[in-house]
Amino acid sequence: MLPKLPREKLLDLCRRMFVIRHFEETLVGLYDKGVFGGHYHLYCGQEATGVAALSCLRADDYLFTTHRNHGHLLARGVDPKRLFAEILGRVDGLNKGKGGSFHSVAPSLGFLHSSGVVAGIIPLSTGTAYASKALKNGRLTVCLFGDGSLEEGAAPEAFNHASLLKLPVLFLCENNGKYGAGRATGAAQSTTMAAYPLTELPKAYKVPAQQIDGMDAGLVHATISEAVEKIRRGEGPQFVETQTVRYPGSETNWPTVPKPTDTSLAWDVSGVPEKAREWYRSCDPVLIYVRELVDGKQATKEEISAIERQVKAEIAAAAEFAVASPYPKPEEAETGYFA
Amino acid sequence: MRELAYYEAKFEALDEIMSADERVHLINGTFLSLSPHRHVYQNLQKKFAERMVAPPISELGFCGLAIGAAMAGLRPIVDLSTGSFIYEAWPQVANEAANAYSMSGGQTKVPVVFHLFHGLRGGGAAQHSGSPQSMLWNVPGLEIVIPSSPRDVKGLLKTAAASDNPTIFVDHTRLLDVRGEVPENDKPIPFGVADIKRKGSDVTLIATSYTVQVCLKVAADLAKEKIDIEVVDPRTLVPFDLATILASIDKTHRVVIADETHQSCGVAAEIAARIAESGFDKLKAPIRRVSTLDVPVPYSPPLEEHIGPNEKRIGAAVRAAVA
Ligand SMILES: Cc1ncc(C[n+]2csc(CCOP(=O)(O)OP(=O)(O)O)c2C)c(N)n1
Repeated sequence: MLPKLPREKLLDLCRRMFVIRHFEETLVGLYDKGVFGGHYHLYCGQEATGVAALSCLRADDYLFTTHRNHGHLLARGVDPKRLFAEILGRVDGLNKGKGGSFHSVAPSLGFLHSSGVVAGIIPLSTGTAYASKALKNGRLTVCLFGDGSLEEGAAPEAFNHASLLKLPVLFLCENNGKYGAGRATGAAQSTTMAAYPLTELPKAYKVPAQQIDGMDAGLVHATISEAVEKIRRGEGPQFVETQTVRYPGSETNWPTVPKPTDTSLAWDVSGVPEKAREWYRSCDPVLIYVRELVDGKQATKEEISAIERQVKAEIAAAAEFAVASPYPKPEEAETGYFA
Repeated sequence: MRELAYYEAKFEALDEIMSADERVHLINGTFLSLSPHRHVYQNLQKKFAERMVAPPISELGFCGLAIGAAMAGLRPIVDLSTGSFIYEAWPQVANEAANAYSMSGGQTKVPVVFHLFHGLRGGGAAQHSGSPQSMLWNVPGLEIVIPSSPRDVKGLLKTAAASDNPTIFVDHTRLLDVRGEVPENDKPIPFGVADIKRKGSDVTLIATSYTVQVCLKVAADLAKEKIDIEVVDPRTLVPFDLATILASIDKTHRVVIADETHQSCGVAAEIAARIAESGFDKLKAPIRRVSTLDVPVPYSPPLEEHIGPNEKRIGAAVRAAVA
């Protein structure tokens, strides 16, 4: 279902989903051409969570994210030029090339630190929430992580603190169960978590928790707005698990693109390899959203294609910018490690 | 003689170890990590499925589990994959495993092996490029093994598995494709015996892990400038073979130490201190260190290359030592 938002806003969410998808697909191409070599993870398939959930936040809220962070940064409006440049290790990157994919940050958008250590951010999110409460500034913290993070001891320890201190933090767990590395699948008993459903874990610490369909932008928007309101009212932490199906091109650590995304795929998947067709037909949250926009008479196919064309051009230019950006001077390695 | 790649020798050792002793269990076995050779691991999985555990992502939990299992009679080999993740398991490794034997007055043995991939891997950035062996060297009670060649990885892994002590086994992803001679039915390599990887008379170049391979290239290059380098590989940090190093310095009177841990309190710092204490009178020049610069590992390729013990920096240190 579509989020209950004015048409303009709905189209803006659509644009942000396209930005993430085309950014990621372009990134795979750059890796395949050998333009960069570090390991990286794709956010494709989780756009309905990232874009819909982050649209419920205030501009000054804090966000923490982890190895699958590109989508969160882009959903929040980070400049794709600078994110590309960071992943390519270039001087114009968000972190001047020092962090790469794992650690891209954007403090002006609330991203103070991104960690590649599974669960590394969860205790930190209770810290910014603690500071916001102490400073009475009304800022909320959203902590975004995969289901695998719940396997680390850092998670339950942080839930306990957040609950005892009634901290303003939203724990948003994106469970890309079907093909995901975290392996906590949605349908059956998980092979990696005895606390199952996963919501049992935060609930043990009296953190209200719910599981929802992460492919449904409208449901994500409604659930997160409500959770955010409760937190802002001072009710303490909330936990939401959004369930997604992993993009078929990222079953392994070496992503591929089964078929570059295009609005037309929302209605015709005949050009897609048989193996991945079902995903585009029934799972892809971007295509689901596009179909809903047209069926709900919020936009025509032509209008959506026009937005997509504009995004594709922006992303292509951003990639070009990053490829042309120079590497930092080697001596830069010796600077900037103390404030 | 038969040649194997480093990863093949390592898997041959694991296979032989597990075939010979049913008490060996593998906890979290992704030994080849992200490398293109990871499929080799599946052969072990077929053979020893019931002795292999794929635990949740919980380094503290599964390292503790392995330590407890070792106390109770198993001989677990734990894979932490990226070495930096051992920081997540610190309380169990440094506070429990390392102390149990001594604190119990020698009553509780902890025969566990922790496997780590350390070092600059190309775009690992600060959280996936750690070389925790120098911090671990600061924890008494842990044996530390750090191979640099196919023959060494096989022989040392067998000794590690047979050891009754908690043993840290430090590997480098950049070694996986290195090829070298590995005789059939080769003997296990005892701990505490350094290996002279290249004989020479002008300068003793001490190196560990992948840096040994870098130093062998430097030695070949500088031979053209008539600098004759002896490359010494300690192979284990605990126990440490100082005697072989001192004997080499007796001949060369000059020392350069090249190693990928960070410079401050790093592996090179400790080796330099030991040489200064016991071999000062043999030296004709100051000891020189080439370590990773004291900065968090940056992501961008030229920055990463700049901070590590690369050929250029090692070559410059050797030239300075003989000047
Ligand atoms: C402390 C730590 N242990 C192991 C890893 C290696 N690792 C990187 S991603 C990942 C899987 C995470 O699963 P999940 O949180 O479900 O996220 P997904 O990748 O499925 O989106 C693992 C184990 C790590 N980065 N940090």
